[in-house]
Amino acid sequence: MTGTFTPMPGSAPLSSQVAAQTRMETRLLLRNGEQLLLAIIIPVLVLFAGVMGIEYVDLSLSYKPIDQLTPGVLALGIMSTSFTSLAIATGFERRYGVLKRLGASPLPRHGLLLGKVGALLVVEAVQLVVIGGVALLMDWSPELTLRGVAGALTMAALGTAAFASLGLFVAGALRAEATLAAANLVYILLAAGGGVVLPASTYGRFADVIGWLPSGALGGGMRESLLVGTFPSGPALVLLGWAVLGTVLTARTFKWE
Amino acid sequence: MSSAVSPAVEVRGLRMAYGDKVAVDDLDLTVERGSITAVLGPNGAGKTTTLETCEGFRRPQQGTVRVLGLDPHRERRALLPRIGVMLQSGGAWTGARAEEMLHHIAALHAHPLPVQMLVDRLGLDDCGRTPYRRLSGGQQQRLSLAMAVVGRPELLFVDEPTAGMDPQARRNTWALLEELRADGVTTVLTTHYLEEAERLADQVHIIDRGRMIVSGTPFDLTRGTGISTIRLVVTRPFPDHAPASLQAMLGPPTHVHPVNEFSLLITGPADASTLGKVSAWCEEVGVLPESLSLGQRTLEDVFLQLTGRGFEQS
Repeated sequence: MTGTFTPMPGSAPLSSQVAAQTRMETRLLLRNGEQLLLAIIIPVLVLFAGVMGIEYVDLSLSYKPIDQLTPGVLALGIMSTSFTSLAIATGFERRYGVLKRLGASPLPRHGLLLGKVGALLVVEAVQLVVIGGVALLMDWSPELTLRGVAGALTMAALGTAAFASLGLFVAGALRAEATLAAANLVYILLAAGGGVVLPASTYGRFADVIGWLPSGALGGGMRESLLVGTFPSGPALVLLGWAVLGTVLTARTFKWE
Repeated sequence: MSSAVSPAVEVRGLRMAYGDKVAVDDLDLTVERGSITAVLGPNGAGKTTTLETCEGFRRPQQGTVRVLGLDPHRERRALLPRIGVMLQSGGAWTGARAEEMLHHIAALHAHPLPVQMLVDRLGLDDCGRTPYRRLSGGQQQRLSLAMAVVGRPELLFVDEPTAGMDPQARRNTWALLEELRADGVTTVLTTHYLEEAERLADQVHIIDRGRMIVSGTPFDLTRGTGISTIRLVVTRPFPDHAPASLQAMLGPPTHVHPVNEFSLLITGPADASTLGKVSAWCEEVGVLPESLSLGQRTLEDVFLQLTGRGFEQS
């Protein structure tokens, strides 16, 4: 006869652990008002404001405004989710002992990371549907070649990897409040001056520098894929470089407590 | 030695320091399977550091630690599914609800307990849809305990399980820990509540300033040495020289420990001669006894006698 609490220890299979972690993190992210603002509302507003603004300010763009802007706004969404949201959430998980608690559970560290990546991808899919849907309603007509779509997906994956590793680096190295401030500040700076939404060419003599930023590479790559329909090899390499740098920095400095 | 017969926890010569502050100093600790073991000590005694080393969060700086026969640092992945951990604070997303959090931890284990049963047992249904950050301290503690238990561990580490709980919740928690023991779960708990250790534990280890000062069953520690205690409480503060003059009057083997300015603890043979001397001394120094009681030692008396300090004031 066994009792209610008779020991029967064991780990759930890694796949169910990762699925549970992804579900939980996605729910928490979508429940948080500030995160939703960052993930959905700001990009949609940028899309509206951008289209209206371009009508007044001549930026000498060779495509119609909505086609020009949408790839960059998608890039902005990827940046906000994989960098800012992830950094802030992880910073507070560290601060409130969530990482420590999970560290004492059967969930291994790579399971935790996979769960986080899963949650990022789910949120990014939601962003793609909402932002892409709004853009289509505004008469967006992307250049959907095979190379272009492959390029956009590659950009999304590499952009997520680069920004997520940099976000974890910030969250692992700074205190939670400092992470909150830094992640928002970097987001605003890169969104305004990092070549995400507007092409590097509109930044005049800074154009070269901007192409080397992860924001400029992601925005430029998305535009090349969805405007021109070619595979953006250059931006892909830049993002890969940032992803490697971010991963090395995170692996060296991340503290779980 | 196979892990089936090894003790649940075996710590030998553990030393841990943070900078030049020594937190744990040459500590030995053995926990037999199926027992409740209390690690008792004032705040800052080194209890949490010891526990976290057993949980694999910290690598021993000196000495060895084996938990269920495993090295908790090197063999952490094999160990973690088998233990349940209750952290002293935090450990949940601030925006998560209690049941949601418990379901999540349950989903990481192969054969979790039914979540609803734990919710009922620990009264977590009163948390409702409130996010973790707005739960009371006691509710957070109960959730934290539930998260430690839900994976059906063999060995449970609970750090200050009833801190911040109301009396009802504390009794529920004790009943749960006793039922876990009856079902074969080993529990190591840290506490600074003497009553908790005395009531629950099979073995008590008292730690002070990183060192183990005494170990034994609560019975051994409080009754084992045949010494009784006399507590003297007076109506006005003692004069400064009081403990010394009473000590001089009583002589060895009796010991006088000042508890505070109104009360003294006298350990030694509580016979008529000692009582007579205590009364005479009260008259001599001009204090009026409010109560003079004889009794068995409590764990607090043991701590006082071994360290020369009261438990709460240290």
